[in-house]
Amino acid sequence: MADTNGKAAPVKFTLDGKEVEALPGETIWQVAKRQGIEIPHLCYSPEPGYRADGNCRACMVEIEGERVLAASCIRKPSEGMKVKATSERAKTARQMVFELLVTDQPERATSHDPQSKFWSWADRMGIDVARFPEREKMPAPDRSHPAMAVNLDACIQCNLCVRACREVQVNDVIGMAGRGHGEKIVFDFDDPMGQSTCVACGECVQACPTGALMPATLVNDKNVRTEFPDREVHSVCPYCGVGCQLTYHIKNDKLLYVTGRDGPANENRLCVKGRFGFDYISNPQRLTKPMVRKDGVAKAADDLVDPSNPFTHFREATWEEAMERAASGLRKIRDRDGPRALAGFGSAKGSNEEAYLFQKLVRTGFGSNNVDHCTRLCHASSVAALLEGVGSAAVTATFNECKNSDFIIVIGANPTENHPVAATFFKQAAKRGAKLVVMDPRGQALKRHAWKMMQFKNGADVAMLNAMLNVIIGEKLYDQQYVQTYVEGFDQIAENVKDFTPEEMEPICGIPADTLREVARGFARAESAIIFWGMGVSQHTHGTDNARCLIALSLICGQVGRPGTGLHPLRGQNNVQGASDAGLIPMFFPDYKSVENPEIRAKYEKAWGKKLDPKRGKTVVEIMDAVHAGEIKGMYIMGENPAMSDPDLNHARGALAHLEHLVVQDIFVTETCSYADVILPASAWPEKDGTVTNTNRQVQMGRKALPLPGDARQDLWIIQDLAQRLGEKWNYKHVSEVYTEMANLMPALDNISWERVEREDHVTYPSDAPDKPGRDVVFDKGFPRPNGMAKLVAAKLLPPNEAPDHEYPFILTTGRQLEHWHTGSMTRRATVLDALEPAAIAAVSRGTITKLGLKPGDMIRVTTRRGTVELNSRQDDGIPDGVVFIPFAYVEAAANILTNPALDPFGKIPEFKFCAAKVEAASPRMEAAE
Amino acid sequence: MNIQNPPRAGTNGTGGRRRPPRTPKGRQVDPQALDEIRALLTDRPRRRDLLIEHLHLIQDQYGYLSAAHLAALASEMKMALTEVYEVATFYAHFDVVKEGELPPPPVTVRVCNSLSCAMAGAEKLMKELSGKLGREVRVVPAPCMGGCDRAPVCAVGHVQTFKATVDSVTSAVKAKPHARAWNPDVDFAAYQKAGGYTLLKSCLTDKRTRDELIKIVSDAGLRGLGGAGFPTGRKWALVRAEPAPRMFAVNADEGEPGTFKDRYYLERDPHRFIEGVLIAAWVVEAPETYIYIRDEYPELRLMLADEIARIENAGLSPHTRLHLRRGAGAYICGEESAMIESIEGKRGLPRHRPPYVAQVGLFGRPTLEQNVETMFWIRDIIEKGAEWATSQGRHERKGFRSFSVSGRVKNPGVKLAPAGITMRELVDEFCGGMQDGHAFKGYLPGGPSGGILPASMADIPLDFGTLEKYGCFVGSHAVVILSDKDDMKAAALNLMQFFEDESCGQCTPCRVGTEKAAQLMAEGPWNVKLLEELSTAMRDASICGLGQAAPNPLLCVVKYFPDELTKPLGSW
Repeated sequence: MADTNGKAAPVKFTLDGKEVEALPGETIWQVAKRQGIEIPHLCYSPEPGYRADGNCRACMVEIEGERVLAASCIRKPSEGMKVKATSERAKTARQMVFELLVTDQPERATSHDPQSKFWSWADRMGIDVARFPEREKMPAPDRSHPAMAVNLDACIQCNLCVRACREVQVNDVIGMAGRGHGEKIVFDFDDPMGQSTCVACGECVQACPTGALMPATLVNDKNVRTEFPDREVHSVCPYCGVGCQLTYHIKNDKLLYVTGRDGPANENRLCVKGRFGFDYISNPQRLTKPMVRKDGVAKAADDLVDPSNPFTHFREATWEEAMERAASGLRKIRDRDGPRALAGFGSAKGSNEEAYLFQKLVRTGFGSNNVDHCTRLCHASSVAALLEGVGSAAVTATFNECKNSDFIIVIGANPTENHPVAATFFKQAAKRGAKLVVMDPRGQALKRHAWKMMQFKNGADVAMLNAMLNVIIGEKLYDQQYVQTYVEGFDQIAENVKDFTPEEMEPICGIPADTLREVARGFARAESAIIFWGMGVSQHTHGTDNARCLIALSLICGQVGRPGTGLHPLRGQNNVQGASDAGLIPMFFPDYKSVENPEIRAKYEKAWGKKLDPKRGKTVVEIMDAVHAGEIKGMYIMGENPAMSDPDLNHARGALAHLEHLVVQDIFVTETCSYADVILPASAWPEKDGTVTNTNRQVQMGRKALPLPGDARQDLWIIQDLAQRLGEKWNYKHVSEVYTEMANLMPALDNISWERVEREDHVTYPSDAPDKPGRDVVFDKGFPRPNGMAKLVAAKLLPPNEAPDHEYPFILTTGRQLEHWHTGSMTRRATVLDALEPAAIAAVSRGTITKLGLKPGDMIRVTTRRGTVELNSRQDDGIPDGVVFIPFAYVEAAANILTNPALDPFGKIPEFKFCAAKVEAASPRMEAAE
Repeated sequence: MNIQNPPRAGTNGTGGRRRPPRTPKGRQVDPQALDEIRALLTDRPRRRDLLIEHLHLIQDQYGYLSAAHLAALASEMKMALTEVYEVATFYAHFDVVKEGELPPPPVTVRVCNSLSCAMAGAEKLMKELSGKLGREVRVVPAPCMGGCDRAPVCAVGHVQTFKATVDSVTSAVKAKPHARAWNPDVDFAAYQKAGGYTLLKSCLTDKRTRDELIKIVSDAGLRGLGGAGFPTGRKWALVRAEPAPRMFAVNADEGEPGTFKDRYYLERDPHRFIEGVLIAAWVVEAPETYIYIRDEYPELRLMLADEIARIENAGLSPHTRLHLRRGAGAYICGEESAMIESIEGKRGLPRHRPPYVAQVGLFGRPTLEQNVETMFWIRDIIEKGAEWATSQGRHERKGFRSFSVSGRVKNPGVKLAPAGITMRELVDEFCGGMQDGHAFKGYLPGGPSGGILPASMADIPLDFGTLEKYGCFVGSHAVVILSDKDDMKAAALNLMQFFEDESCGQCTPCRVGTEKAAQLMAEGPWNVKLLEELSTAMRDASICGLGQAAPNPLLCVVKYFPDELTKPLGSW
């Protein structure tokens, strides 16, 4: 047994006659493996996160003096134990176990996965014939799920998929029902997988040793696996900010399937997008040739191009023609109207190197700071508050730190949908006993794991958070010593929150005063508390205030800078952290250095050999306004889709249509391409090399796995070519040269060379030395601000910009869904994701459905002061009455036609999370056949 | 309008799009079902360990567990659907009915098909009942119900009919019986009047010391009478050595076919048992005591609930809180660690050892686990002294044992006999000899796991440790006497089928092994070599005693009744 003080010494024991040592906690199987003794195993997986269960009995060993054999995967040796791993008795038992299992397997020749772990062990043990009668009833195949093939006739009840689903991913869908030989793997209530609550993370597929669970793409119509890879490439997932490492399995230059890899953020886990959402890259709508607008085809805001047939508006062109047309249009405006008449939207979906070069192109080639990207629409307010408060916009701790937390707040975030793999760690922490508090106007999957679910009224964040501050300060629960040492502005906060008593705030935020007290006390008294937030906090006109409250909460309680504590805005895009770091924002050069500071500017002017614009540039929404105002006339948009992602789309699309010259660089004819003069076919993520930085500040290596389709080209090549045509003398021969130039300008990347990232696959910044791992938790000794003090800023109650009224009585809130990424340009072209969520929906409460006289699924019409959409209703018990939620990925009913472009004054982020709306039954129509 | 062409996945996206799902993924909670569940649970805690208790509430109220109710219960308890479903489908006494499925008929008749009842014609009875009782009644086979001395046994609902006939069961079905609390032979007042609870009070007032009690119990040689025979005093000392808080779990899940002694003592003198429990809880200082009683004994459960309330009202349990937990039809939950899982509201899967239950048991705490009969003797042993116990015994064995005797003897029943008595002595002296027309041919010394010995080996002293060298053990002292009218292969098959039905399914050797063994034993001549190989693996590689001991009867038939192997399979 392990010592209770955790300082267990190695254990000496005998293994097959040899004296060996087991490290503390090591099992017999692990020691045997180290010793080169191979013991078969089926239900045991040595992968991280998998508890040994010891049920299959394939790994039995003999222990001297014990009546029966022991499962080596679960048994830990004790001092002096004599273990025989290769004795006849042990081998005989293992052979019989395999023979029993082989008996009930499908015939070897037609088995579902002839190369499964099960068969490879059976081969090695020489088990081919089973002497036992077969079972009578064979479970039927279940092909109800678009992503996975379920063939339980190959199931050996090893329980790995149950542990995958319940203990690793904590999605809690798979169970082992029944008992004895009637025991059966089930989804929910033994439902078809496709009709269950399965979120298709595919962890079970990755864990299954027999082929009973496999990616659907690998098997033929007889459910037999026919596809096997010829090579593998390690990379990172292109979707969200979690930054899961993965391995592409490739055959004949085609992606067969994807598995999770042991990255620092994901520990082998993936979600449905990262595992099953990759065939967008070979979608027939993929752009493979440059295109230019046909002469005489006018641009109109409501004239969107059909991505299957762009030739109504465009014709194919050579690269030379397209690039020259792109460059000359930009040159003309720059030279005629001045640098500030141009703007660029870069992308948080590209690499750090692409982001860096893009902003460098705008700043040097265009000559202004009019460069921004979708961070403006995501966490701009969080960034503003964090820079102001703690002097740094990045997270203070990785989300994985929650394993050290005993109190976790998740506010304004729905991580099981939007950061699914991060959510697995939150759920695991809650299972372990950490108190999870979920604060969100919508009910959500995390609710079941929460100690407290605070379903507060939409937009009432400041009321709720200030009430908690009121309790903590009023009851003197804050960390006085910490506040004295590290915090300024405490008195103002204390004064400000005096009136925010829980009783006063209860009717405003809808949370009982007692709950506000209990949670506030819990947070303040916790050993280590951490706060995670998402767009529910940031996408408000008071988004910066929301974040300020969270910063105050954390700082006055000293819940920063130690393991398990911190402030963590969950970043959205795979490289939104990196793109912002790299300077893809109008007010900062790389590393958040102000463009308006002459000293800093001089440094960058020297580095880039060019005079730079001394004035900060315009942000996303400001640029659109400036287009309407005729100030900005030309744009270069790379990998962004403002014709879907911006608020008040009629306005934004109007702006895009109004542009004199628009160059769009993308992999599909996105909605934004409808307004382009030139469309440049670019590289998808698996087709290029480059680094990305995830929400955890981990710089990770993405690797080229597949060739570019048709005439598509690397984004870096396109940016550089355009720069050259605009007069810049760039000559980067390899992506690493870009990285090195960027890293030299960014102290944050000190000690993190390209070679190091290449070698280690990931490095967390800041890193103190080239051979030292980066820091998961920062600010243990103060903050990067004057005197090392953090600054608190008080937040007052501000109502949302557009309150519901008689005409527009509903609250419209927007966001994402698990299956669809951002504006849907990738995910709606991924077969599995499209099959799971095929069309636009508006989620409303059961009460709303009843009140409108509808059945769930009926069409509804949602109208705001800016526009109208019609779409399928979805009855969702997580939505309060009077609220409608619309994901913004669907062009046929684009949520952003409805949203309010009112901005937060600090972060310039629009209020996507709140506007007044009218919800009605749409004109009745015939029920479509299912 | 801004309707536009959405992007298309795949190459042939011409067939039109599917409509999106109308609700979030999976089964949604039905508001009416949720109201019904809330009405049923009232203010009961929603803790996960109460899942089985809550499932019983639904099953009792509605006669089955509908998918809608299960989903509502999951939501109410903040559990995942599958977590509820897998527990509900593990236990035989729950009927899960999914949407579109027919609920079971309102009345269920369970016919015991374990060995003693099978020998008494259960199979024939089952067939006849199935034809006679009509569609409103479901007739199903069930494992041992603890009435082996009055075989065959049927349960209508959960109320048992002994020495059942078609007529007696038919009239029982008509009477629609409901279980009522058992009226014990010695009630609380009578027990106290005869000096009951004096010893407990002297403990609670520290007039006795814990070490002293441990010593007496050890000296008396008291051993775990659930079947394992672990010395009780030593167990107490071991658990006491573990850090507090410690738990206490009492195993009243008597399910080993042929065993009915715990029932016998609970029916007669429940407070002698309860006093033992309260003393043991005092010795190990367990603030929480759980009594897990099998669902086959509803009268005893209701009685215990009443008596526990009396105890609490009388202030006799200030040191420990008594919880009564109801099994749900799973033999495996008599295995100590499986029982702990079941008390925690989970499927009854035995745990791996180490760690032992004494170290990591109920809710992860060090746990004392004891059988009913073991607790029943505590008071007598301490009051009368160790010597009272050790002075009994025969053939150099010490103490006394309660044998549950059934089968072909004249007077079956619970026989309190000296430890070390031989089977022949037990039959002749305590059971009135064999039934007329039956010749003693063989016997099960300790239920299905304990193996089968021939009459020629009926002179071996019966006690813990005396039979192991013959591949047998005395276990819970469940004795079934077989005669020349009984087929040994059929007996062994009956026992193997019992294990097959009751295997939890966790480990391969037991889950698949019992199934394959039963198949092999049911068909043609036995493949002795293969059965022996299989038995070796089951014994060596199963996780718990069920799988390890399951081959004992078949191995005994091969070893001690070789003549039978060539005969065709018989039946009753």
